[in-house]
Amino acid sequence: MATEFHNLQELRQSPSLATKVFIQRDYSEGTVCRFQIKFPSELGSRIERTLFEDTVKTLNTYYAEAEKVGGQSYMEGCLACATAYFIFFCMETRYEKVLKKISGYIQEQNEKIYAPRGLLLTDPVERGMRVIEVSVFEDRGSSGSSPSSNVSSGISQR
Amino acid sequence: MLQLGVAEPMRECEYSQISTRSSTPMETPYKKRTPKKRKWQAFPGRNKFYCNGRIMMARQTGVFYLTLVLILITSGLFFTFDCPFLSVQLTPAIPVIGGVLFVFVLGTLFRTSFSDPGVLPRATPDEAADLERQIDVANGSSSGYRPPPRTKEVVINGQTVKLKYCFTCKIFRPPRASHCSLCDNCVERFDHHCPWVGNCVGKRNYRFFYMFILSLSFLTIFIFAFVITHVILRSHRQGFLNALKDTPASVLEVVVCFFSVWSIVGLSGFHTYLISSNQTTNEDIKGSWSSKRGKDNYNPYSHGNIFTNCCAALCGPLPPSLIDRRGFVQSDTPQPTPPTNGITMYGSTQSQSHMCVQDQCIQSTKFVLQAAATPLMQSEPVILTDEASLPGRTSLGGPCSGALPLGGQPTPPTSTPNLSCDNGMLPTRNDHSEAHHHFLTPEEAPSPPGMLPCGSPLGHSHTIQGFYNPASQDSLHEDSVRGLVKLSSV
Repeated sequence: MATEFHNLQELRQSPSLATKVFIQRDYSEGTVCRFQIKFPSELGSRIERTLFEDTVKTLNTYYAEAEKVGGQSYMEGCLACATAYFIFFCMETRYEKVLKKISGYIQEQNEKIYAPRGLLLTDPVERGMRVIEVSVFEDRGSSGSSPSSNVSSGISQR
Repeated sequence: MLQLGVAEPMRECEYSQISTRSSTPMETPYKKRTPKKRKWQAFPGRNKFYCNGRIMMARQTGVFYLTLVLILITSGLFFTFDCPFLSVQLTPAIPVIGGVLFVFVLGTLFRTSFSDPGVLPRATPDEAADLERQIDVANGSSSGYRPPPRTKEVVINGQTVKLKYCFTCKIFRPPRASHCSLCDNCVERFDHHCPWVGNCVGKRNYRFFYMFILSLSFLTIFIFAFVITHVILRSHRQGFLNALKDTPASVLEVVVCFFSVWSIVGLSGFHTYLISSNQTTNEDIKGSWSSKRGKDNYNPYSHGNIFTNCCAALCGPLPPSLIDRRGFVQSDTPQPTPPTNGITMYGSTQSQSHMCVQDQCIQSTKFVLQAAATPLMQSEPVILTDEASLPGRTSLGGPCSGALPLGGQPTPPTSTPNLSCDNGMLPTRNDHSEAHHHFLTPEEAPSPPGMLPCGSPLGHSHTIQGFYNPASQDSLHEDSVRGLVKLSSV
């Protein structure tokens, strides 16, 4: 009982997960990886529309770059075929390299823009590239809370 | 979670958990150190994993071993008995080329069989709940006993494409994806399930599959041609029968190659056509983009010309696997919809009274049986009201009511999940797959014996959710009877 009470106090002071908003895929251009740029209403009060849309647009650009069928992907494909695909044991594909860039970008966005606003983006690759999951934390906002404690308290969705 | 005793360690844990850098899973001090599980060990589909998650295959691998044995034996006999003669009499290039083809065939076969075909991971409970909410909002209140089928329409390059909702994986399938009932997974750009390679053929391994059948065609024709050459050259010297007596292995090789050539070369030709028109076997069999369906029906995925289609399919970028087989299961992260009993929780806001899917189904089953057999007891409606009013109601109702349309409108699996490379197997497999899938959909609920009863009380509990006041015993009784009638018709 005492433990429970103590924990509730903790919860009151630290942000806890309020809801999750999911940005779905946009299939209007086929099966390429693209997310809808529509701004969800649940985030209306938490973040500026332009910031959010910029993030999604940048992500879409990265994915388009990863899936581009062009000179470099042909080279990679032909080389792989010529080696009976054994080269995949040694080499990282272009797609994987871009995914690493994306995860670095999302981390940076989280640190600079989303965490201070009590939001957290989850890398779509952890959700099967189906959705961009935005975790919305309740604004418990004790006056002494600094952005870093907002970042560090709460539940990671990884 | 809520059981954490001391403030400071909890804060420590929370700080680490929210860290925006990916880190090793945090274990709170009070927790017993349980051995970490890899994600493949908790994988919900019906796949087999080897080498600690590095290799992924379908459950039935018998035919794959047959394929392997046939290739190894035929090639082995060729290199042992025919190549020595031919390399001396003709050119040593023959065993070299044969060797290269053989290595290529095996390499592509293993790539096709052992890699992830493009399996879509199942939705996390939060995603599933969110989708359920969106669907409910879109459809309004459930009209009658049967909710409308769950489809979404999207316009791709001017063509309207229907996206179907997968009840097992709890997602709207992306275009060209399909659910394989043998492997129980949704696979991106699903082509077919091939028992000869012991795996599904989808987005990630289609090019390997194509290169496998293409190289195998060349190898088969190569061996066939040179074994015949060998026998002919020998016959010139010794006569036909003596030649056959000297090289009995050649007879076996000729027989195997003769029968293989027709099927494999035919299959290569078929897939060459599919690649050049950027279609999947699935789409071709169903005639999705056939002009017979309509004047304006065309394939929205085609790039317009054969060369670009081929290049895109064979030399396009290779997306990495989405299922992270060798990653570790985070004990505090939401797991995707489990196939069996599983209590899903996340964060500290989830109530501990969150019932698992199986418990709810079992309760519903009990209710139906009781209602049908005896007059309803007064306590029963109270229990159900409690169920309905639990937090996260929609997610509770989700998995069960998700299976509801099974009785009404089952989402039929595509016919080709069971299409083997042998087209002859298609008709019987179709029926089997329909029936198989019919009972599979509420799989997230109890084990098979429980599945059938689950079909009807699910509808029942769904109706209960519709009105929070399960008012009269009569209406409940009527619903249960209706449920049982549905049960008997399934």
